[in-house]
Amino acid sequence: MSAVIDYAPLLWQGLLTTILVTVLSGALCVVVAFAAGLARLSRHRFLSWPAGIFIEVFRGTSLLVQMFWLFFALPFFGIQLHPVTAAVLALGLNEGAYAAEVVRGAIASRAKGQTEACIALGMEPALRLRRIIIPQSIPAMLPPFGNVMVDLLKNTSLVSLVTVADLTFSAQMIRSTTGQTTAIFLTILVVYFVLSYLLTLLTGWLERRFALDRKALAAQRKESRLMKVGAA
Amino acid sequence: MIWDNNFAISVFPLLLEGLGVTVQITLLGTVLAAVLGLVFAVLRRLAIPVLSPVVSFLVVFVRGTPLLVQAYCAFFVLPAYGVSFDALTTGVVVIGINYSAYMAEVYRSGIQGVPKGQWEAATALSLPGARTWGRIILPQAIRTVVPMLGNYLIQMLKDSAVLSAITVVELMATAQAIGSSNFRYLEPLTMAALLFLAVSYPASRLVNRLERRYAPQH
Amino acid sequence: MRPSTEPQPLSVGTALAPEPIIRFENVSKNWGSNHVLKSLNFEVAPGEKVSIIGPSGSGKTTILRILMTLETPSEGLVKVDGDVLWNVTPGQKVRETRQLRETRRKIGMVFQQFNLFPHMTAMENIIEAPIHVLGMKKAEARERAADLLNLVGLGKHMNHTPPQMSGGQQQRVAIARALAMRPKVLLFDEPTSALDPELIGEVLNVIRNLAHTTDMTMLMVTHEMRFAEEISDRVVMFDNGAAVESGPPAQIFKDPQQERTRTFLRAVLQH
Repeated sequence: MSAVIDYAPLLWQGLLTTILVTVLSGALCVVVAFAAGLARLSRHRFLSWPAGIFIEVFRGTSLLVQMFWLFFALPFFGIQLHPVTAAVLALGLNEGAYAAEVVRGAIASRAKGQTEACIALGMEPALRLRRIIIPQSIPAMLPPFGNVMVDLLKNTSLVSLVTVADLTFSAQMIRSTTGQTTAIFLTILVVYFVLSYLLTLLTGWLERRFALDRKALAAQRKESRLMKVGAA
Repeated sequence: MIWDNNFAISVFPLLLEGLGVTVQITLLGTVLAAVLGLVFAVLRRLAIPVLSPVVSFLVVFVRGTPLLVQAYCAFFVLPAYGVSFDALTTGVVVIGINYSAYMAEVYRSGIQGVPKGQWEAATALSLPGARTWGRIILPQAIRTVVPMLGNYLIQMLKDSAVLSAITVVELMATAQAIGSSNFRYLEPLTMAALLFLAVSYPASRLVNRLERRYAPQH
Repeated sequence: MRPSTEPQPLSVGTALAPEPIIRFENVSKNWGSNHVLKSLNFEVAPGEKVSIIGPSGSGKTTILRILMTLETPSEGLVKVDGDVLWNVTPGQKVRETRQLRETRRKIGMVFQQFNLFPHMTAMENIIEAPIHVLGMKKAEARERAADLLNLVGLGKHMNHTPPQMSGGQQQRVAIARALAMRPKVLLFDEPTSALDPELIGEVLNVIRNLAHTTDMTMLMVTHEMRFAEEISDRVVMFDNGAAVESGPPAQIFKDPQQERTRTFLRAVLQH
């Protein structure tokens, strides 16, 4: 255990970097998710096709390849990204592509009646989305978004491979200087686990905050199902 | 011209070889994950004192920690206790165990989805426990699990790139090695990405089709 | 010559007013080979209260949905208040035009399933479109919404969300929400079909009040025959994508001219 205690400041620095990368790429992920998810749903092909290609390419190739590509291949185009920038970009775009499917799915499954009510009230598509459809879809998005965020947190460990000094990077450094592998790796496993758990708690809290809406939706869905049965 | 076509063509066979290893890891890892996941799911369901809660916690723990760090643990920590395999075996085992934690969850929901009446019917017929599991419950549970297994297989294909960090020479490691020895990363990394896409995209379309075909039955 | 087995499309225009507020000219709607509307000609005079009756799948709801632009006709001309809403030739790709958006503002709709916004209170449901579509000031919109809620008997429920209300209350809020846009034409698509029997009365009362106190044009698809008879100026019997018969309620219900109307009314009035 001595290595863990001796090198605690280094681990602490690594932890802060991990949290920083998680927060930055998490924010990018949410922006990308809504932009790509909504564009994918658009009736305009010049929006939905590029979004579709983006989603398929970033979901279809490995995150690590994307990160390396941004870090090692982009310089051939004269663009040299800071390691943290490349890491955040890769994580945000990759997880954002997954989350875009969450956004798309949640919005596409919104009851048809809601859109029809909006049309009957003269609401234009942008207003419909902003005021009615998206707010209603948020509760359905939260649980899968939570999963994406936990994945993102765990995947921040890959940034150590493009020289970002995160928790995993610090652990590797301490391992190679002290040779105390067991204590150091068990420690960071536990730290990652605690972080994942905290993220799960946060998602749960957000879900409860929006629970009123969700109850409302569930109640209405149930009601309309019963009505359909009754009408048949 | 930024893109060197001759270089790209010359390293393509090497990358294909790497892709072969990636596919191999994925298939073996999926088999391991499918089997271990089933074992974990059944163990959790049986509610054996001590063992079941421990399995439950391990499943949650594995899901809450990064694959890369798990791989480091297996690669650096285990040899210190005299357990050591070659990198490829270690990689398959690590990724297999990692995914078994997710598979266990899939099986769990599959088992939960089997109607209570099936258990009651088995009890009414005095079927022994092993028979009930083997002939009644699992065959019904596993059918619902098959499409998810396909999704995890595709996910594993891409995740296996992480194993390059513990010196497994798969597609990603090959691309990286070509890049660093030639000081040209653009071609190998781009082609590696395209190769991943070339396998995973058709595979995911196929799984989607399977999902749709099998969906109405349940 | 072979006798036609299809009922001939019948023109059911009214001579009440020179300029109808709704006008369907040769409107057809096909779903693949299924002809939901067959070359319909149909007019409604300003202020007229018209009920459309007929068996399920006869195309009566489609008329409302085409007017609300929730569905596109396959062919034909639809005019509302003198403006063209639809003008479709067969095979033409239809786009949502500005003209269509402006014209549909004159129309409001009450849905079978209410379609209230579940994440908003009754008040918020009503003021949403006046503020964001008509550009009304919030204070003014709230004041009008409060009046409308009182009108439908829900003045005390303005801060309730849809799940906290009964189906009848939700539908009354939905009516208030439609009224808040001051439509010239209000469409009712089976407004009580989704309600428990004991809640139907409260919704019908609200609609009855509207019918008697406003000069708004009302077009209602309904299975409530007695109600249709009571509030309508005119009843149109629909079957198989075409209007079979049209006339004042007394005539349709007491002395239907067509055999199809007679069998339909016998079937629905028997229980």
